[in-house]
Amino acid sequence: MTDASAPSTPVAAPKAKSLLTQDDRTKRRNAAEKRFRAYGIAAITVGLLFLVSLLWAIVQNGTPAFTQTFVTLDIALLEEKLDKNGNRNIEDIKKVSTFGYSPLINDALIAATADIETEVEDGDLKKILSASAAAIVRDYVIENPDQIGETVEFRLLTSSRVDGYLKGRVTRADLARDKNLDAAHLDLIDAMVAAGAVEKVFNWDFILGADASESRPEQAGIGVSMLGSFFMMLVVLFLALPIGVAASIYLEEFAPQNKFTDLIEVNISNLAAVPSIVFGILGLAVFIQFAHLPQSAPLVGGLTLTLMTLPTIVISTRAALKAVPPSIRDAALGVGASKMQSVFHHVLPLAMPGILTGTIIGLAQALGETAPLLLIGMVGYIASNYPDGIASGFLDPNSAMPAQIYEWAKRADPAYYERAWGGIIVLLGFLLTMNIIAIILRRRFERRW
Amino acid sequence: MSIMKLTATTAAIAITATAAAARDNVQVAGSSTVLPYASIVAEAFGENFDFPTPVVESGGSSAGLKRFCEGVGENTIDIANASRAIRPAEVEACAEAGVTDIIEVRIGYDGIVFASQLDGPDYTAFTPSDIFNALAPKVMVDGALVDNPHEMWSDFNADLPAEEILAFIPGTKHGTREVFEEKVIAAGCEATGAFEAMMAAGMSEDDAEDACLAVRTDGRSVDIDGDYTETLARIDANTNGIGVFGLAFYENNTDALKVATMSGVEPTTETISTGEYPVSRPLYFYIKAAHLGVIPGLKEFAEFFVADEVAGPDGPLAAYGLVSDPALADTQAMISDEQTM
Repeated sequence: MTDASAPSTPVAAPKAKSLLTQDDRTKRRNAAEKRFRAYGIAAITVGLLFLVSLLWAIVQNGTPAFTQTFVTLDIALLEEKLDKNGNRNIEDIKKVSTFGYSPLINDALIAATADIETEVEDGDLKKILSASAAAIVRDYVIENPDQIGETVEFRLLTSSRVDGYLKGRVTRADLARDKNLDAAHLDLIDAMVAAGAVEKVFNWDFILGADASESRPEQAGIGVSMLGSFFMMLVVLFLALPIGVAASIYLEEFAPQNKFTDLIEVNISNLAAVPSIVFGILGLAVFIQFAHLPQSAPLVGGLTLTLMTLPTIVISTRAALKAVPPSIRDAALGVGASKMQSVFHHVLPLAMPGILTGTIIGLAQALGETAPLLLIGMVGYIASNYPDGIASGFLDPNSAMPAQIYEWAKRADPAYYERAWGGIIVLLGFLLTMNIIAIILRRRFERRW
Repeated sequence: MSIMKLTATTAAIAITATAAAARDNVQVAGSSTVLPYASIVAEAFGENFDFPTPVVESGGSSAGLKRFCEGVGENTIDIANASRAIRPAEVEACAEAGVTDIIEVRIGYDGIVFASQLDGPDYTAFTPSDIFNALAPKVMVDGALVDNPHEMWSDFNADLPAEEILAFIPGTKHGTREVFEEKVIAAGCEATGAFEAMMAAGMSEDDAEDACLAVRTDGRSVDIDGDYTETLARIDANTNGIGVFGLAFYENNTDALKVATMSGVEPTTETISTGEYPVSRPLYFYIKAAHLGVIPGLKEFAEFFVADEVAGPDGPLAAYGLVSDPALADTQAMISDEQTM
């Protein structure tokens, strides 16, 4: 049309412009591309900034949880207090409760601070010690009744406020209105640190220990709930992997294509997107109220998380099976293998790296899941006893790492806040390890066609 | 083949699990206010006795009592913690499920305090009338009952700071909310004359009492359904906010919070035990008598909980913030006699 209306203009005459000089249109296009690249880099930078600040906050807040302040004390285990009859009968010794040990510890503190000038009253000295001290001494005496009458050196936890002072969390100004500790105690602590009686060291009990009550955050550890998580993951692994893989092999390789299998497929995809708290309610109703499995048990937690993990495993397994080229199946069938032989001898081994990767990612997701555990009673003061054995590991009440972190974050004493962050570091360590294993498996065994 | 073996093994584990549900530890659930005390006692119990440490779950008084009333048996909890007394309806629900013998144990008292940011405005003295004037939907202004017009604390009491009203109060699922409503809002309702004005306006006494417990809904009063740590975080972010806390929580966070007096009385364990400080409530736990002698250590745990060295004025519970019960000896006798309600 334009040509017809303006016949005098030469049609598409080659312009005398070099290819190397850009016209306006090319410039605009190049500029648009540059802008787009800049947006992309900006997006990545923002993402990285968030990641760095998150990691920084976690490391900053969490690392203090891995060290703890201890005081070394010589405690005289007086016979007249601990074994009045003097016959070392273990039952008599056990009758002396932890409250009976407090005076001995107080005397030891008075003796240890005798050379130090302090305004702290003798009766208030025990505020620098953790409430766990009496239990530690009592356990030692019950183990070694022959030590009664001797003076024994103990390494005891200091209270959370003293620990916070050495970590820089508690200052003298903070203690002005605090009934748990006075500024005078801190002067005393300074003197004891100088004398070497009080020191801050790495605290394995945080990683391996049991939860503690709200009055002694210094004693709390994540170890028992780590075992709870471990037993739950065993249940998830041994249920979700076989069920998930069997279901996907059937659906992918054997099932006829009809309305019913379509419905199942749609439902599996939907289940993967169901919020995890829904599985918690299901677990409560089915496993506890209907099947009467014990409350707060890792077995129930594991079963609930299995329900949550199954769709993830089914979807990733099916993707892995789909990725095996049909020529492998055809070749197997062509040399006379049965359908089942072709699947189990050829397709499944080739799909294994993908299946394992999917399973590990599913497990990692289950490991970090808290919401379903709230409903089956795994939050509270629960992770207090080490399991006695494998059966007790599955059945005795226990918590899980993320539930323990949530519980710590709720507690009143600010020292628990630090432990919650520390717990996050431990949990992240596990997740990172699992993801690295998944990556290594994929890298090492993945086949490309 | 190995997959089938695995499935068989896991099925076997699941079956033995159902059979081996016998338990040897005490299970406790309920009020998050009682949880710290119960966990302190459970820990000391595990240290001093040969029984395993009892398990204490949180979840709120109502939720705990509901689980308590599910029935008798090893799969139900032995003790429910509550920050309020059990209601008649709950006793009935319990009886229907077969939980007929319940031992009620009062462990002590808990103070409810109003606290604000340590270096925030001078919220240092309140009366129930102040809180009512600030937070009720309808208040008395110049002798007439009107929709709450107050935006600043100084609008109704010149002694209070000229700051926007903002309060973080416990949500309705908390036992603390009930105490807050009855001991503060309702008291303020009567003191300001709003109760009489409502009656005069033709409301029945019951309706007026209910209306007295209401809280304004225009965003100046915020319900906190989480724990006190959430209230603390909100106070941290809002200089002009006041929050409702338990005494024990406040005492553990004196580096961030300052407390206000109520009707001129400062909340301490002493003023609460004498009854001078008005906003306090008893804390309870309920024992399923049918489980005594079945669950090992249950009676020992209950007795240990109220022993003088634990729940007495010099015990670890008082050190954490519990106001010990002057009538503790009666409670001890009640448990040793297994006296039900």
